[in-house]
Amino acid sequence: MAISFDKALGIHQHALEARVKRAEVLANNMANADTPGFKARDVDFQAMMQRAQQSVSGFEMSKTDDAHMDTSSGAAESELLYRVPNQPSVDGNTVDAQQEQTRFMRNAMDYQASFQFLNSKFSGLTKALKGE
Amino acid sequence: MSLGSIFDIAGSGMTAQSLRLNTTASNIANAETASSSTETAYRARKPVFAAIQQSMLNPDNQGLSLQSEQGPGAGVRVQGVVESAAELQMRYEPDHPAANEDGNVFYPNVNVVEEMADMMSSSRSFQMNVDIMNTAKSMMQRILTLGQQ
Repeated sequence: MAISFDKALGIHQHALEARVKRAEVLANNMANADTPGFKARDVDFQAMMQRAQQSVSGFEMSKTDDAHMDTSSGAAESELLYRVPNQPSVDGNTVDAQQEQTRFMRNAMDYQASFQFLNSKFSGLTKALKGE
Repeated sequence: MSLGSIFDIAGSGMTAQSLRLNTTASNIANAETASSSTETAYRARKPVFAAIQQSMLNPDNQGLSLQSEQGPGAGVRVQGVVESAAELQMRYEPDHPAANEDGNVFYPNVNVVEEMADMMSSSRSFQMNVDIMNTAKSMMQRILTLGQQ
């Protein structure tokens, strides 16, 4: 009987992945803090988690032909939304550096939490294997 | 999509900001460089920033994905450095060695106050990108400890 990591780890691996994705988007916002006309973006975390939940519970689209469009990764892109600026700037840039930094920090903390859960799953599995 | 790309993104931000700091330093250093004609006078230099789209980095995906144009970005790049079109300062200084036959010299169109503000802005943005890199580093280090007791 093999261990199914997908079943053992549950939603946490997807949460961690979503956190990394969000960190990337927020880092890009801050890298472009001085780019004229750049629009700040963010991911819809809830929608990402919902989709992950669906894939965990077994309702996922599968590709049966090469001509089919990729729904899994393509859908991840469509979750990218534009931020509504509270203080529009003259050059059209909607990045608020302080807010983005706060979100990035918070996201890193949430990442740590997700990691803790994932790590506990692994140490649980190890304990079960050792029979402790 | 990975933590590794955050390093590239923050790194591109740091490169762009340090280039901006470079042009600012050059502008301030040359703020008082007098010249005898408008052609040879120093003009303030400004970098032009543009966002990098991820679809540009991996062209294989182009056209396949519907969202290729609005995918997540991949940092910032400097499109080029342009010279300011603002008017040069003409001063009447007949004793200046570089004065022309009318006794005028041309000073660069550098606004030192503006440059100082630019300098602070770029150093802050640079700092922010360093912070991002540090955070991404600790996130990555943490994932490497996964499963360790």
